[in-house]
Formats: sequence, C-alpha cells, structure tokens
Amino acid sequence: MKHIVIIGNGISGITTARWVRKLSDHKITVISSETDHFFSRTALMYIYMGHMRYEDTKPYEDWFWDKNRIELKKAHVNFIDFDQKQLQLDDGSSFSYDKLVLALGSKSNKFGWPGQDLNGVGGLYHYQDLEQMEVYSNGLKRAVIVGGGLIGIEMAEMFHSRHIPVTMLVREDSYWSNVLPSEESKMINNHIIKNGIDLRLGVNLGEIKDGGTGTANAVVVKESGEEIPCGYVGLTAGVSPNIGWLIESGLDIGRGIKVNEYLETNIADVYAIGDCAEQQSPQPGRRPIEAIWYTGRIMGETVAYNICGKPVKYNPGLWFNSAKFIDIEYQVYGEVPAKIRDGMTTLFWKHHDNEKSIRINYDTDSRAVLGFNLFGIRYRHEVCEKWILEKTHIEEVLTHLGMANFDPEFYKQYEQNLIDQYNEQTGSSVTLKTKRGLNKVLAFLKS
Amino acid sequence: MKIIQNIGLLLVILAILIFTAMLGIGYNKMEISDLNLENEDHQTAIIEAAQGEAFFGEELSSIAFISKYKSILKKASNQLNENWSNGPIKGKEEWTYKLQDWQISKYVESSIASTADGPVQRNPLLFLGLTFGLAILGGLLYIIPLFNEHEGIKHNGIYHNPLTRGLKVNVRSLFLFGGFFAILVWGFFKLQNLFWPLVTIAVAGIITALVFVKDKSKGQDPQRSASPIDTGWLGIIAGTYLIGFYILLYWAPSYIQNWIDMVDPVSRMLSGGEASQWFLYGLMYSVIVLVMGIRMFTKYQHNKYQKVRTASVIFFQLAFAFLIPEILVRMNQPWFDFKNIWPLDYDFFYKYNLDNLMSSGGLGVFMLVWGIILIIVGIPLMTYFMGKRWYCSWVCGCGGLAETMGDPFRQLSDKSMRAWKYERYIIHGVLAFAVIMTAMVLIHYFTGRSTLLGMNVENVKSWYGFFIGAGFSGVVGTGFYPLMGNRVWCRFGCPLAAYLGIVQRFQSRFRITTNGGQCISCGNCSTYCEMGIDVRSYAQKGQDIVRSSCVGCGVCSAVCPRGVLRLENGSGDVGTRTEELRTIHISESEVGIL
Ligand SMILES: Cc1cc2nc3c(=O)[nH]c(=O)nc-3n(C[C@H](O)[C@H](O)[C@H](O)COP(=O)(O)OP(=O)(O)OC[C@H]3O[C@@H](n4cnc5c(N)ncnc54)[C@H](O)[C@@H]3O)c2cc1C
Ligand code: SF4
Repeated sequence: MKHIVIIGNGISGITTARWVRKLSDHKITVISSETDHFFSRTALMYIYMGHMRYEDTKPYEDWFWDKNRIELKKAHVNFIDFDQKQLQLDDGSSFSYDKLVLALGSKSNKFGWPGQDLNGVGGLYHYQDLEQMEVYSNGLKRAVIVGGGLIGIEMAEMFHSRHIPVTMLVREDSYWSNVLPSEESKMINNHIIKNGIDLRLGVNLGEIKDGGTGTANAVVVKESGEEIPCGYVGLTAGVSPNIGWLIESGLDIGRGIKVNEYLETNIADVYAIGDCAEQQSPQPGRRPIEAIWYTGRIMGETVAYNICGKPVKYNPGLWFNSAKFIDIEYQVYGEVPAKIRDGMTTLFWKHHDNEKSIRINYDTDSRAVLGFNLFGIRYRHEVCEKWILEKTHIEEVLTHLGMANFDPEFYKQYEQNLIDQYNEQTGSSVTLKTKRGLNKVLAFLKS
Repeated sequence: MKIIQNIGLLLVILAILIFTAMLGIGYNKMEISDLNLENEDHQTAIIEAAQGEAFFGEELSSIAFISKYKSILKKASNQLNENWSNGPIKGKEEWTYKLQDWQISKYVESSIASTADGPVQRNPLLFLGLTFGLAILGGLLYIIPLFNEHEGIKHNGIYHNPLTRGLKVNVRSLFLFGGFFAILVWGFFKLQNLFWPLVTIAVAGIITALVFVKDKSKGQDPQRSASPIDTGWLGIIAGTYLIGFYILLYWAPSYIQNWIDMVDPVSRMLSGGEASQWFLYGLMYSVIVLVMGIRMFTKYQHNKYQKVRTASVIFFQLAFAFLIPEILVRMNQPWFDFKNIWPLDYDFFYKYNLDNLMSSGGLGVFMLVWGIILIIVGIPLMTYFMGKRWYCSWVCGCGGLAETMGDPFRQLSDKSMRAWKYERYIIHGVLAFAVIMTAMVLIHYFTGRSTLLGMNVENVKSWYGFFIGAGFSGVVGTGFYPLMGNRVWCRFGCPLAAYLGIVQRFQSRFRITTNGGQCISCGNCSTYCEMGIDVRSYAQKGQDIVRSSCVGCGVCSAVCPRGVLRLENGSGDVGTRTEELRTIHISESEVGIL
C-alpha cells in the first residue's frame, strides 16, 4: 500500500482520488487550501446569482470521503522536497508521499496594469474571488469587466442578475473573436447589448484609479482616455497555470508543468494534471494546455491508471466544448476555427431571431465533415463525434442530420433550413431523411 | 412595469388577508324550529338540555356556537345515558336511544350550514370578488408583465428570497417530526383509537431502523452537506398557513362555513347543488393551477415542452377534475373524475362507490370499467411507451398543483442519499398499505367478512383516509411546499406514483439521456429536480438517468446550461437503459500490461 498525495481538490485531483480508490487500496490524501470539499468551479456564477447555494455545487455529499477512505486536508503546500518526497504545509507540518499528483489548477491573469492590486479589483476563479465580489456588490453602482472571454461574460451576467450596471472592455473587435467565427461572435455581441450590458469593443484597459482609500473607483480606457467610474473591476483576461511557486523547484516548467503522454513530470513519481499541466506532445487538434473541465476529468482518470500500474496514455479524443452566453447555449464538436482555413468549406445557417445558428465545416475536397458549431440548439456529442471520426460525407450527414438534434421534445427542428442552405449553396438536392429521435441514434451508434 | 407588478402583489396579499379575516365575521343562529332531528329522543333531550342556556335564538360567533352546541349535546347525551342506566325503556333500542360521540360531531357539522348568517351569506358574490377576484386580478397583474422579459432561465435570486430559500436541515426536521406527531395525536383524539397511531409509530420506527441500520446511513449525515444559510422566514409563514388551511379543510370544516357559503352561488350555477368544502377546495385548486400555470408560460417562453405540459395539467384540472364532475352531477350522474386512478383514488373500491356506480345505469358501469381498465392496462401500457410522466406531470391533479403553484419551491427537495432511502421505504410502504386496505374492502364486499387478521375494515379505512388521504397527501403534501419542496407527497407518499414508478424502472422506453461528456457537474439539474434525484451524479458519469421517481417534468433538461440532458423514449435498449455508461474514457483494452 502506497501513500498517494494529491495537491488540489478540483475536478482533476478528485477524479484521480476516486479512480485510485476504485482501482486499488492505496492510502489517499487530498490537500487543498481553497475549500474543505470539492465543489464545482463552473457553478460559481450560480451561487452569486442565487440559483444555487454553495452546498449545491458539491458533486458529492460530505460523507462520501470517509466512506471511500479519501483523506482531505485543508492546508496550503508551500514547498516540495522532491528528494525526500516531502511536502511542507503552511501550518508548519510536513507530509511525506510515495506518489505525488499536482492538480493545482489556474489563476486569473494580470498583465501588470496600473492599479491591478487595489481593493475592489479581482478575477473570478477561486471561491474566495466570489466572496470578494459579494463584499463589493452591496450598493455597487457599476462594475467594469476587463476581458471578453468565457469568464468575463459570466461575470457580466452575474452583476446583471442583480441589476448592477456593467461595462465590458473587450480588446478584440468582436466578442471572443479569436475563437468564434465572426457570424457567431456578432450574434453574441448583439445578445450582450440586448441584455443591457455596456459592451466596449476594441478597447484596452489603461489604468485602474485609486479612490484615495486603496480601493478602485474608476477605470481609464487606454484608447480614448475615458474614465468610467465604478466600484468594482473584474479582471477576466484569461487564466494561466497556478505554478509560480514551483519555478525553481527542479520541475520542468514551461507555461505549465510539462508532462509526457502518461502525465509524468520530469521527476519520478510526480505527475501533473488538469489546468496546470502542459502536454509536451499534444494530440493533433489539441493544445498543450487546455483549461477546461472534461480534460481535467480525463487526466484524473488516466493518471489513476498510471499510478496503479496500468499504464495508459492520455487521450482526450476529438475536441468538443460548450458554454453559455447569458441565454444562448453554445456547443462545439471537432474543428471550428475562428477563420476558415484553406481546404475547408463552411455551411452556416442562422435563425432570424439572431439567437440560434448551426455551422458545419467540411473538407473541400473529400467533403468529409470536420466540425459542428451550435448556438441556441443542442446536438448530440456521440453522433457528431462518430460522423467526424468516420470522415462521413457532408451529404450523408445532412441526410440524417436529425439524429444529431438533442433539443427537448416539441422543439422546432432547423435541420431542413440548413439543408436548404446547402442545396442553394452547392446546387445539390439533399433531402432530410432522419428526424430527431432516439431509436435511430441507438442503431447508428451500435453500427 | 415594476409598479404594476407591485400593485398585483399587494392585491394578492389583500385578498389573502380578507380571505383569512372572513372566518371571523358573521354569526350562527339556531331556532328551536331549526332542530328537526329524525331521532325524537335526541330532539327532546337536546331541547331540554338547552333550557336555561343562551343558545336557541342567539347570534353566536361560529366558534362560540360550535362549542356551546357541543356542550349542550354532551349534556343531552349524559342525560340519555343516565335515563337508560335506570333500566331499559320500553319500545326503545339502546343504540338508537343513546346519543353517541360521533353523532354529536355529525349534528354539529350538519347544523352549521343552515344556521350561518352574516355579511358573507347575504353578499357571497361580493366576498368572492374580494378574495378570488382580487387574488386572480393581482396574480395576473404580477404575472402578465413577465411575458416581456427575455426568454431564458428565470432563477435569479431564488436563494436570496425569504420565501423560496428553504430551511436549515435541523429547522426542517423540527417541522417534519413536529408535524408527524401532531397528526398522530390528532388522529388519536379524532378517531378515539390508540391502536393505529401506535402502529404508525412502529412502522416509522422500522423504516428509520432500515434506513440507518440496513443501509448504514448513520455516518452519512445529510446535515453535514446541507445549507448553513438562514432559514427563509416567509417560507415558514407560508408553510404554516397552508398547513392550517388543510387542517381546517379536512378536519374542522365547521369553522370555514363562510368560505363555503361564498362559493355557493358558483356551485349552484354549475351542478345545481349546494357547495361543500370539497367544492370550495376544487374551485380554489383550479383557479390556482390556472393562474400559476400562466406564470409557467411566462417562465418557460423558450421551452415548448414546458408549455405543452403546463397546458395539459391546466386542462385536466379544469375539465376532468373540476367541470366534468360538476356537470355529471347536474345530469344526475355520479360525481366522477375520469383521470383519478386507484390507488391514489383510494376509495374507488369502497362499497358506497361501487354501489353508487352500479346503480347509475350504463354510464356508472362504464365509469367502473374505465377505472379498472386504467389500473390494469392503461398504466402499464402508457408508462411503457413514455414513462410515468404521462400521468404525473401531464394529467394528475396533485402533479398539476405541484407543477404550477409548487414550481417556485422545487429546489427545496432533499437530494441526499438518505432522503432517497427514506423515500423508497415510505412510498412502497404506502402502496402496500393501500393494497392491503383495498383487498380487505373487496373481501368484505364480496364475502361480508368485516374483520381480517383481527383488524376491522372500517378501522383500517378510516385510518388510511385520515393519515394517508388527508394527513399525508394534503397537510404534509401541500403544506410542506415551502419547507421541503413541491413533491413531498408525490415522492414519498403517493401509492399510484409507486406503481407507475415500478413500471418505469423496469419496463419502459423512457429515460433521460446524457449528452456524452458535456456535463460540467454544475449541479443545476439536481438543484431543480423536484423529486430530489441527484441528476448530476448520473450526468457527470455519462450515464442515462432511469429512476422510478422521475416524473419527467423536464426541468433538469431546461436548466442545464450545457445541453446535457434530454427526456426521450426509445425501444432499442429497454433492458439495458440503466447499465450503459456510454462515456467511460478508458476501456480495459486501452490499458497496457506492465
Ligand atoms: C468561473 C469559471 C467558469 C468555468 N466554466 C467552465 C466551463 O463551462 N466549461 C469548462 O470546461 N471549464 C470551465 N471552467 C474551467 C474549469 O473550471 C477548470 O478547467 C477546472 O476547474 C480545472 O480543474 P483543476 O482540477 O485542474 O484545478 P482547480 O479546480 O483549480 O483545483 C486546484 C485546487 O488546488 C488548490 N491549490 C493550488 N495550489 C495549491 C497549493 N500549493 N496548496 C494547496 N492547494 C493548492 C487550488 O486552491 C484549487 O482549489 C471554468 C472556470 C471558472 C473559474
Ligand atoms: S445541469 Fe447539466 S452540466 Fe450541470 S450538472 Fe446537470 S447535467 Fe451537468
């Protein structure tokens, strides 16, 4: 029996603990300084908005850990002695391990803006960030959010839900346009504005002004010099691995902790997973660092196999993701770049309400489908994935497109609209043969 | 917009205040000539007992009237007992001569309607307008502007609101156990029978022991995972008010004669007969389902499944549960709710009902056959094709109220493992109780045997009616909306839900499909599951959800921010719905050998 120590109780650390327990009898300890128990970071916004309580964001009840003999320790790890295999905790105690898993997560980026460390300035990553937001929300007249990514729009929605006016400063000319194709990006611009959020595109943060008490009271826009009075500044210009304290430790570190495909670091018996891990040789179509939920989960499961002597390579599979922009849901499967690359053709349909769209990318020569981008419409993960992996011909996909539809019963289906668009665009005459429904899907997935 | 809504809220509050205050106005006045009892011995004894008391011809408040009349009846009863103890009286039977306790209650209850008088009786329509009218108007003023809001999920601030934020676990437990014992004590006094309350305590003890010992729940304290935030005071007030309402409705209708008289004109218009407390209840129920149903349309403008489903429950409540039965009565047919199914409709096989249906000609026989076909064929078939949702969240009246008036409270259901254990024992226990009781009733009907295993049928029936029919489904079932969520009865108590659930779990095409690996474990689905299913625990594993309790309301799918859940039916894999984990990331074949 070995002692497996995991630093970080986020999705990746906890998944490791659960799988090590499933696969073995090792002693397991999870150390984290953020909260006593694993909670879902992705749900932070819902706590603030009053949709859920903190308790509701915990995926496992508190007795789960005792029952599965997973020891939890709330402490901060200050230093790791890799030779002695020892950790030093902030309470002065030290802790030894046989195998160590680093699941340290990310931290919010700060780019050296003047005033970035004032009170009333914060990111949204840790639970403590939420508590800060709560403190400043009382009587707040305006919040300014710097950065237009996924967390930025969540923060905007949070303040908006409490009727606090929000200004969003976005560097790009259109919301999240480094990831979203321009049609979709414009749709989201519209949606943000429709919700009454003051969206400023193509602007940068110049400086955050101190109201004289060490607290932010205004933001200066770099380009125009305009001063926007506000009581809170949200910094949401991305996240980066939370590894500052490990730089001199002997670990091989780039932007994150470098790992091979078995998630091993350069030091024996030390693994890194989740947001803080940087793949030395990422799989095709994947980036070295992917700060998203399901990759953390898959890495956690993979590393548990490796720790338990059943080596298996990290394989996140085909790219997919999802998000929600205020009221518009977003799903992506496969390759959907912001700018269509050479050799790729795109088929795009948008509903006139400007809140729903379907995009399918396919290879110009072989006409094999490459990717799906959905706004306001839900598609089935497994069906899209199978089509892409099997390089299915676009017309075959369109013929059976109903199979992919995952919207609730009675929802209107828009597959026909997309097909009409395709026929018009290419002069073909594809007809929709398969509509939404489970039986066809079950048969297709088995085939 | 906000102003209109606030006016609406004020009107609703005003209507509730007037409604409550109505119980204190008016008087009861009984003349000797009003006392027309068939039993002459009783008649004379009562008149004698009332002599010297300021009772006949006096204007008394309903509370004073009831207590005075009761004491007079008691006095008369004692006198008759005394007379009899001096030796049997010629030509009289003891059991007709004496005035029994149950007759005292009956005499009081039957005197209330004819003796009540006051502003309500003189202007019922005015009061109807001031209560129902104002409440509907205020409700609509509040709700209609909501149609202007953006489409999307409307859960902002639910946990900041003192009405909907719920209770700390220990406060909730206090209410729960307090309520449970209060109902048992009440049952003892009302039915004068210690046996059944004791049996109930014993059964509760067994269930608790099963949960704690057999399922080893002792260390799994849900309190440890539950909310530390303040208890919602408005929720407690609302819950207490509802509980109080149900107690009066079921067990002390004499005190709410003013409410009944207020709706009397409506009853006469519909069925031609005078209103009872059940007519009052049916009318309120229908109005609430309708108004709060409109609220559901505003909340789910973007979700057609919710809109169709809500339209369905409104329709079934208004037409099947309310109007059609009244019209049947007007046509001299039996009062019959075509969508109410045994064992929820627990008195379907009672002798009076069978006799009534069979003596009502062709239509009555049809009703009987219809009811039986629903039980034997309708339920398994419909549930096989689309899951129990066809009934629980599309047709059922209890479900209809839960999905409309109860919707603001759906997040308060307990998601803990322990609650699930209690749920399974209790709901199947109630199903067993209903089946045993009905078996006894039918044996009695066909063979005339009134005791079985030493238990008297009438006793079993009255305890079921009191404890399950009224206490559980009414007082706790609805009174606990703001305390434990809107499906307490459906989840823990309803024997029909238990039956539907067994079919759904083992032989149905219905399931909630999980969309591959998209789940981010946020917990919205579990939080808003009114049946307390931990939907997330399945979704994050990539497993489809097949649970006997799922009523298919579709809200988990609606609130999921990542498009992970879909309610659907498929025949391809009925046997393996529960097993498949379609997104295990690492299969054994991928694992290398060292
Ligand atoms: C607001 C928000 C919304 C998001 N939404 C989505 C989404 O919709 N979809 C999606 O795919 N992803 C989303 N993400 C990203 C996703 O949450 C992260 O990728 C994921 O949580 C990373 O998990 P992890 O286990 O790697 O790290 P974390 O969850 O960050 O866990 C690391 C833990 O380790 C602790 N720790 C770090 N260093 C130490 C130390 N030295 N000593 C002790 N403890 C330490 C940290 O305090 C932290 O608790 C979102 C993130 C945020 C912040
Ligand atoms: S609501 Fe959706 S994303 Fe959130 S836990 Fe449930 S299934 Fe997962």
